Amino acid sequence: MKPLLPHPILSLMLLGLWLLLVNSIAPGQILLGALLAWLIPLYTVRFWTAQVRIRRPLSLLRLAGTVLVDIVVANLAVARLIVGPMARIQPAFIRMPLRLQGNVGVSLLANIVTLTPGTLSASLSPDRSELIIHALQGHDPGAIIADIRTRYEQPLLDALEQR
Amino acid sequence: MSDLTETGLILNSALMIGFLLVTAAVLLSLWRLIVGPDKPDRILALDTLYVNTIALLVLLDIKLASSLYFEAALLIALFGFVGTVALAKFLTRGDIIE
Amino acid sequence: MDLLMESLIAVLILIGAAFTCLGSIGLVRLRDFYERLHTPTKATTLGVGSLLIASAIFFSWTMPGISLHEVLVAVFLFITAPVSAHLMAKAALHLRERGETGLPPETTLQRHDGSGRLSEDKDGNQDGNAADSG
Repeated sequence: MKPLLPHPILSLMLLGLWLLLVNSIAPGQILLGALLAWLIPLYTVRFWTAQVRIRRPLSLLRLAGTVLVDIVVANLAVARLIVGPMARIQPAFIRMPLRLQGNVGVSLLANIVTLTPGTLSASLSPDRSELIIHALQGHDPGAIIADIRTRYEQPLLDALEQR
Repeated sequence: MSDLTETGLILNSALMIGFLLVTAAVLLSLWRLIVGPDKPDRILALDTLYVNTIALLVLLDIKLASSLYFEAALLIALFGFVGTVALAKFLTRGDIIE
Repeated sequence: MDLLMESLIAVLILIGAAFTCLGSIGLVRLRDFYERLHTPTKATTLGVGSLLIASAIFFSWTMPGISLHEVLVAVFLFITAPVSAHLMAKAALHLRERGETGLPPETTLQRHDGSGRLSEDKDGNQDGNAADSG
């Protein structure tokens, strides 16, 4: 017996997506969106293998805030590097051992790393134990790894629970 | 309706500067697309070109005070992503569909 | 038009266009592929993001009703930009392993063991931040 609403979060996101797409909150559109948000997860439930339970939504929200602020800071920092002398850029590849497990956690971390200051997730080792990061200013790999760990990996570890 | 489409002086100048800057961005991306030197560079230039085009369409929408090009911008965002993924996968595996 | 609103939209447009342009300048100026990969994913995302915010404010303000569908494009770009960057980096790394691209040798893989060093790395982390912002 399939549950009636297998992915409540996905359903909510689909409804929001639909309302944004039609750019209206007319009752008819809300109804149609709700119908789609109910039917699509019901019929695609077999595609969604990795289920993640969010243990602490607040921690995740705080992380989102941190990331948004960091994106703006990242842009200003990178903009300064671009217009400045090229000699200030000392790129390096860094291998960061991952403590996060699971698809959703690792992909979230990789995306956050790419969007934030001077770092870019370049590859994941085949056994998923290391994330290979490219840094624009990679003279101190330890600091970059510690920064990513305290700012992004720890909140993700706290907030997500792999089922 | 006509007074709604009439944009003020400040906004018009900002739009003009915006058009100039984004067009410069398109040209610079085109330069990278042509010069290369490697295949990944060209994919990256194409990807940047998609995003620049979205910026140009958004500016045009504000200029014309109509959301005529919004769908075009959305579609370019969608297909640009799919195209970039397909090209990058092709370089990695020599094949798009596994 | 209300002057304040118009100025807000104008400033957002200028910021957005400037970052979009900076992204492409980086694409031309930076020296190797992995460095170039940093600029479009960051500068361009914020650039187009702020243009889209400007557009949302403009249409919500001049047209009847609230216009938020620009948010859709912005969200989509923020989700896809890191994914495509990751895939391009992977493709480039793969090509380099096969020796098909001539990248400068300065970008060497550094092995760093960060296991269990979280607590003592904290002050190093602070220094790193100070050095980056200085």
